[in-house]
Amino acid sequence: MRAVANDEKNEFDALAFFCLLPSLLYVLCMFVYPFLYGVYLSLQPQKIDGFSFANYLAFFSDPYQYGTIWITFSLAIPTTIVVLLLALWLAYGMRRGIFMERTVTTILIMPISLGVILLSEGILGFYGSQGWFNQVLIGLGIIKEPFILTHNYAGVMLALFMQQFPFCFLMLLGYISGIDPSLERSARMLGATPSIVFRRVMLPLIAPGLAIAFALVFVMSFAVFPSAIMLGQPAGTTRTISIAAYQKAFEQYDMSAASAIAVVMGLCQLAALLVIILFRRRLSPAATMGVGKR
Amino acid sequence: MNGPGDTLDSLKLGITKRYGNKTVLDNLELDIQKGEFVTFLGPSGCGKSTALSIVAGLIAATEGEIRLNGARVDHLPPEKRAFGMVFQNYALFPHMTVFDNVSFGLTLKPLSKEEIKKRTDAMLKLVQLTGYEDRYPGQLSGGQQQRVAIARALVLHPRLMLFDEPLSNLDAKLRVEMRAEIKQIHAALGLTSIYVTHDQAEALSLSDRIVVLRNGVLMQSGTPQEIHDRPKNVFVADFMGFRNFFKVRIASVSDGIAEGVGDGIRIRARAGSVVRADADMVMAIRPDDIRAGTEVAPGTENIRGQVEVVEYLGREQEAAIRINDNTRVWLRTAQSIRMADTIGLQFPIDKVVLLPAE
Repeated sequence: MRAVANDEKNEFDALAFFCLLPSLLYVLCMFVYPFLYGVYLSLQPQKIDGFSFANYLAFFSDPYQYGTIWITFSLAIPTTIVVLLLALWLAYGMRRGIFMERTVTTILIMPISLGVILLSEGILGFYGSQGWFNQVLIGLGIIKEPFILTHNYAGVMLALFMQQFPFCFLMLLGYISGIDPSLERSARMLGATPSIVFRRVMLPLIAPGLAIAFALVFVMSFAVFPSAIMLGQPAGTTRTISIAAYQKAFEQYDMSAASAIAVVMGLCQLAALLVIILFRRRLSPAATMGVGKR
Repeated sequence: MNGPGDTLDSLKLGITKRYGNKTVLDNLELDIQKGEFVTFLGPSGCGKSTALSIVAGLIAATEGEIRLNGARVDHLPPEKRAFGMVFQNYALFPHMTVFDNVSFGLTLKPLSKEEIKKRTDAMLKLVQLTGYEDRYPGQLSGGQQQRVAIARALVLHPRLMLFDEPLSNLDAKLRVEMRAEIKQIHAALGLTSIYVTHDQAEALSLSDRIVVLRNGVLMQSGTPQEIHDRPKNVFVADFMGFRNFFKVRIASVSDGIAEGVGDGIRIRARAGSVVRADADMVMAIRPDDIRAGTEVAPGTENIRGQVEVVEYLGREQEAAIRINDNTRVWLRTAQSIRMADTIGLQFPIDKVVLLPAE
């Protein structure tokens, strides 16, 4: 067997660096600096001179505060899983195109263009106890008491689902329809039923896309803020970690403590991403070799 | 179920495929016998790949049926037909090693691990890929990938092998080598094969029988020699390398020889029984069948013209010779030809084919 020759040069390429400069500057100014500043801020509590972990200690010693981590996870994880499974199911079914595909796709991605606030208002109106949804069900005699779908956990789930689904669906549809259709045909010719084709050929190839989609949907869901306030119970069951940070910053004017909460939030998101990456590696180690889109 | 059994004794096709109003396959009828190597030949869009996909079960025919050993199989999904298929782009599973690719079909059967390994190893040996088991498709050359694809299909002992332009992604040299390998494997394993290609040389060298298709219509079916020497119509002749076509009116038919006049020249050809005088027909001849000489042999009817184009082909040259204002003749010869030479041409009577006018 031949060894694969490594022709890559490690020399410093001035032109490449010059071309890279704008994006590098952007990342430095817009991400690295604010992030480091936030960390710095969080370590300088208002009432103490010099560096201290007091903000973090305070956060993790108050159940009302550290409980938001659990609340946020319990919203973000189920939402992400439901969004991912439904988007996968739909995108897989549409991978070879369907009747009126453009229209269907347009309708499915419509919520993206509406914005979170309008969407939340709509959900309040439609799914509220006096909304059409419950009125119709009561009118038809299917239920007697309205479903309580707003101002609680379910309301936030609903809003998150509607915000995240179109995006996730589009991403997976692009990913799945990029997989060579002859792979599926060749598997069928080798004796595989459609379910075996999905399990042994398509799913491993979709897995990298699923992992990316999971990561993005999770991170966005974890940062849920407006819909948690508008459709949830911001003082109770849906008091997410971003609400806790907001309250520290703009109700108690303690930027330092708010920064500490934001850093905790970032670490939670990072931890979840690491889990995804490790899981992906174990799932199919070969997928690092130019699988999927070619 | 009145099943067709495990082997193939005969395969009978009668299929039509339409997309909306467009007929892409117009009642293609064909009988294939055990051990035959049949090629669907035609330009892109002629329906050859569609026909193959219908036989495979990957797409459904609009009308008609497929009978395997007399039993209908056109309702069976592809995985129940036990046919093997090799795709143009190989279609190897990129996330599986060579071994896993080849053994994929075996793992779907109730076989022991040892049996799977034994059969996979034997097949890799047959296609000369022993030692490559742990490689991924992305680490193989095009020719190696195609051998994996062939092994993957063959390891299941398919009763029919389907090849969908398997060599068209390979470079010219490799294509000729793989062609020989496919032919050898077909003979060694006693396979029955259907092969799709647009390359007439591939079709001629591999096939027991060639089926020429055009716009979904069968133009001619026959042995390579029949197709090569005796095309039945202008389309097949054109596809098989007849480059010279003359629209003629038959002036006379005597002793089985027809004389045609048209395009400002007079040509003679062996005539079948159906040729009658005054019929409008086409006469065709290959560039390499024309005899050429700068000196006009006395006593023979000659056509003369001036060289307009010379294409150098290595051992030979192909030249366009202007006969008159409307007609050019393509000639292939090993003699040296220069631009503007005046050349005399002879059309050997046995090499001229007589075709119905389009």
